[in-house]
Amino acid sequence: MRKLLRHLAAMLAIILVGGLLSATLVRLAPGFDVDEEQLDSRLSGESVAALRQARARDRNIARFYLHYLGRALRGDLGESRTLNRPVRELLAQRLPVTARVAGLGLLAGWFCAVVVALVATMARRVTLDLVATLLAAVFLSLPAAVLALLFVFANAPACMVIALVVFPKVFSYARNLLAKSYDSPHLITAYAKGVGPLRILLWHVLPVTGSQLLAVAGISVSIALGAAVPVESLCGIAGIGQLAWQAALGRDLPLLVNLTVLVTVITLATNWGSEIAGQRLRMGAA
Amino acid sequence: MRRIRQLAWLLLGVVALSSLGAGLWAPADYAMQFREAPNSPPSHEHLLGTDDLGRDRFSRVLYGTRISLLMAPLAALLSTLLATLVGGVAGYLGGWCERAAMGATDLFLSMPWLFLLLAVRAMLPLNVAPTTSVAVTFLLLGVLGWAASARVLCAGVRGLRNSEFVLQARASGLHGWRLLAVHVLPNLKPVLLAQFWIAIPVFIITEANLGILGLGVSEPLPSWGSLLREMESFASFGFEAWKLVPLVLLVLVVSSFQIVLSRDEVAA
Repeated sequence: MRKLLRHLAAMLAIILVGGLLSATLVRLAPGFDVDEEQLDSRLSGESVAALRQARARDRNIARFYLHYLGRALRGDLGESRTLNRPVRELLAQRLPVTARVAGLGLLAGWFCAVVVALVATMARRVTLDLVATLLAAVFLSLPAAVLALLFVFANAPACMVIALVVFPKVFSYARNLLAKSYDSPHLITAYAKGVGPLRILLWHVLPVTGSQLLAVAGISVSIALGAAVPVESLCGIAGIGQLAWQAALGRDLPLLVNLTVLVTVITLATNWGSEIAGQRLRMGAA
Repeated sequence: MRRIRQLAWLLLGVVALSSLGAGLWAPADYAMQFREAPNSPPSHEHLLGTDDLGRDRFSRVLYGTRISLLMAPLAALLSTLLATLVGGVAGYLGGWCERAAMGATDLFLSMPWLFLLLAVRAMLPLNVAPTTSVAVTFLLLGVLGWAASARVLCAGVRGLRNSEFVLQARASGLHGWRLLAVHVLPNLKPVLLAQFWIAIPVFIITEANLGILGLGVSEPLPSWGSLLREMESFASFGFEAWKLVPLVLLVLVVSSFQIVLSRDEVAA
């Protein structure tokens, strides 16, 4: 309970500091207090002055941040300057799309990585291990945007790009863990005593390596969300990755700031979730 | 494995030398247009054909490689220096200073890299001169990429802080920056080198991602990112093997860096 409270307090601190930094970035960005509308020659002097007045309250960073925080607490995350829609509405609309694409990609990536690592370790064939390692190295050297373009060209599902981005990282970690686990003395003894490979895997290998593997779960979520930016932008998927790209191209900083804070919170929550699950698994195995 | 590592070094050397001498052996300037021959296949005049604007692809690959291969190590150097400053000072001073610095590092690490890059990149003007876009892109990579290395370096300095030779140096009257610079940091050289090598392929790949998304080096200057952007036109102009040369080169170079750094990591 104490640990959970500590995690929650840390998350709150990170949101506040992250929000402050992000809001400061927005405030200090060149052209912050200038609006394109002010250049409209059809507007009267009073209208331009009213537009300037509307921006004037945000000139002081402290007031700007308090204003931002106060609105955020009420659930108002501001309005996107490029899409002219409330950020909250955009997030509610786009987040489920990314969750589906990234979720499917993560599942496929993890499944492939763990299965290939298991086969490569259990088969104990140098060639198989070499081919799998080489494959992982090639995917590790390919930018996610290139994979996305190749998949667009081949008309393949976009979530598989995320799977291929996640695969090499999970595979190399899983392979090393499994190799270490299979070389441990108690497993060699179990083999010598005639225990079957399936029983060894289920009773001796997975409970130990599983908890350590869970540590990568949080990181892989962060990798998948990062890969979602090029994947969704290039494959035309209306998720938060595409939204971030559109916001970057339109220099829509309020939207980008909220997206960055949101993705940071998701990453932190997954990291801590996997940490707690790993601890439970370790305690169960002990 | 030793043979593979030698091959990786050889490949990196050949690619670096050929790109550095781009001005000598590139048949044309990277921006020169052959308007009578857009999208032409490989020929004697254009070894890798031309792009849709009629620019010699071979020349652009040479110049683009030069930009990516020169700027990524510079950005890696900047990020390693920043990491040394943050991690080194935090690990050396310890206490609240270390906790505060590592808290900031954790905050940085918890922000997804590409989202953070996009947010900071969007803060700066997008419509800038090509040379400025190169500087902005790689400067951002260098400035934002220090966090993971700072954590490793902080742990390294913390480990050395109470070692016997540092205690002896302290007893001899050496303190502060001098102790850090003369005794602590030189002992972390393998760690620093490993962090530097690790950052290079990461920055090359990130620049490629940014370039393809139109947020990296701007036209007409080529970089691997902007060269790979040509893949977007595969669906309309068709797929030809020679258009994949920048991609093959990128994969070979990044893989070579990974092979080379695996040794440095072991050494660290």
